[in-house]
Amino acid sequence: MSTETNTEIPVSTPSTASVFRLMLTRFRRGDSGMIPIVIGLIVLGAYFQIRSSVFLSTGNLTNLMVQATIFVLLGIAEVWLLLLGEIDLSAGFNAGLAGAIATILVDTQFHWSWYFAVGLALIASTAFGALWGFLVIGLRLPSFIVTLAGQLGLEGLVLWIVDSQGTGGSISIHEPVLYNIVYGNFTPLFTIIFIVGTVLALSFSLIRKNASRASRNLESVPMPLMLIRIVGLIIGGAVMIWIFDSNRGKFTPIHGMPFAIMIVGVVLGACTFIMNKTKPGRYIYAIGGNAEAARRSGIAVNRYRLMAFMMTGLISGIAGLVYVSNLNGISDSINGGTLVLYAVAAAVIGGTSLFGGRGKMVHALIGGVVIATIYNGMALIQLGAPQQYIATALVLLGAVTIDSLARRGSTIVK
Amino acid sequence: MESTPENNDLTSSKNRQSGPVGSGVDPSAPMLLSLRDITKSFGAVQALQHVDLDIPAGQVTALIGDNGAGKSTLIKTVSGIWAPTSGSMYWQGQEVHVHTPRDASHLGIATVYQDLALCDNLDIVQNMYLGREDTKAGMLDEISMELATTKTLKDLSVSTVKSVRQLVGSLSGGQRQAVAVARAVMRESQLVILDEPTAALGVSQTAQVLDLIKTLSSRGIAVLVISHNLNDVFTVADRIAVMYLGTLVSHGPIANYDRNSAVEMITTGKSDRVAALASSN
Repeated sequence: MSTETNTEIPVSTPSTASVFRLMLTRFRRGDSGMIPIVIGLIVLGAYFQIRSSVFLSTGNLTNLMVQATIFVLLGIAEVWLLLLGEIDLSAGFNAGLAGAIATILVDTQFHWSWYFAVGLALIASTAFGALWGFLVIGLRLPSFIVTLAGQLGLEGLVLWIVDSQGTGGSISIHEPVLYNIVYGNFTPLFTIIFIVGTVLALSFSLIRKNASRASRNLESVPMPLMLIRIVGLIIGGAVMIWIFDSNRGKFTPIHGMPFAIMIVGVVLGACTFIMNKTKPGRYIYAIGGNAEAARRSGIAVNRYRLMAFMMTGLISGIAGLVYVSNLNGISDSINGGTLVLYAVAAAVIGGTSLFGGRGKMVHALIGGVVIATIYNGMALIQLGAPQQYIATALVLLGAVTIDSLARRGSTIVK
Repeated sequence: MESTPENNDLTSSKNRQSGPVGSGVDPSAPMLLSLRDITKSFGAVQALQHVDLDIPAGQVTALIGDNGAGKSTLIKTVSGIWAPTSGSMYWQGQEVHVHTPRDASHLGIATVYQDLALCDNLDIVQNMYLGREDTKAGMLDEISMELATTKTLKDLSVSTVKSVRQLVGSLSGGQRQAVAVARAVMRESQLVILDEPTAALGVSQTAQVLDLIKTLSSRGIAVLVISHNLNDVFTVADRIAVMYLGTLVSHGPIANYDRNSAVEMITTGKSDRVAALASSN
């Protein structure tokens, strides 16, 4: 790794050098573990584009992002617990359960309003999260075992309620709201407003934070790095608008951002906000880093651990709604076990530690997109499931290797 | 104590029961913390027997003694980990009852245990404010916390830390100790208890921590420091308290002791030299 070669910092202008130094220190601290994986993503994208000219078409990129939503949402759900050094192996089937409840309640013989059905589905998935939390915290059982049992139990429950509908093991969605989570789109104008608004809000908060730090003589981000970030945000936003607002329909024109993408954006934004700006977020990092220290600092450790289990359940439930919308129904062949492993892989590929205390919500986004890229690209170049699994395995191993090498220079063991 | 009559003039003001006024320092000022007749039993085991101790403000009291002498039991009693079986505790002349660590921290007693209780994955500011973060409109107020952290470290003359946004895991042992002490100070503690602060440190880092202890006492904070290292004790302490088999066998100004008598006290629980030095002072 290049981490040991910081003796030769190129001094062109003081500011560029300081930017370079800052990035290098961050890399050595293991803070910017995302840079290698973003480069990996670009390489993957280039490879698939060379092998198949449709890979970078707007239609396929939208499709890829929709495929990524399930990995990203489940990945975010897992990051909540991974930060504590815990894990939820039942998240995939908890998602399946929420999806099944919502599907059955809006269709079949019930015909509930979608908001009651969705509400009940999310309450159920949150309740199961809370149940695992109680077992892990109250009885001091390892979360791996509790949620492994949970995975089996929930799989049974999902199969039972799906098969008991007497529709041959699968139920399709006819209700428009649930169907449209994935297949409905915002208008192109709203897509632009949403994306431009997000870019403006993020840039504004970056600039404001930096300005108020600088005005109090605190260490602030150097101007060039600030510019790089904001230009990056603007380019990212522009690319998103181009992808979503180009016509991707074959027979009838289709424009606009799928609702599911905004759901991911809102969940990611909310979770990131909680983690970075609020006490519960700070406490979850503290507990993951040193639970005893957190307890002695007066933090109600168990309350926040329970909260994390419930958030994992809730977000798994949201993922389940997107999942059934994408598959246009629920079937008894849902493979929640593989889904949850992809979710953990997504978080780890992004740079979240399995041992607690280190990780970010955005890691699930990066990792989820990487997995969806492999999944999508390999299907395009007509490689089957065997190659997909092997490629995902290699990326996962590569990501943790790079991460561990990058951290070797640092004293952070986790 | 009754069994060691030759130390009676040093061990306590037991024969002056009129009030928690200590020996060897300005007797007109009330002690910051006074322990009277503190006993702690665990079942049949008497871990502390009739301990009397006075801790004046702005001075460094070194608590020394062999393993199992009851040093840790004593500081855990003072920090509210457990209540004493009998005896009383006076804080600034008022009798107080400390049952939980929270009670102790409300009084202004902060204990820095050997493991320091820091989160390696958080930065210095985050550790300093852990559990009592400043907020503005419900959100963490990072700027005010960072400014206060910088100021506290500066006040304590901790200059070796490059950035307060460094992760604590990347700090040296002495710096970590400094962060843990600074955290105690920032919580407006009047008594800081340090459990073996230099045990795991090298020479220069030990010097940093000893400087820090002196800075604390110069700011009027009372420091009670457990140490096995007599070099450190004689460098930094104003007063010494010696424990032996659950009793506080001797305490008084550092001038009443020298290395040999301290060692004698620690190993046998008595020393004729101390009595001689005390009467000559």
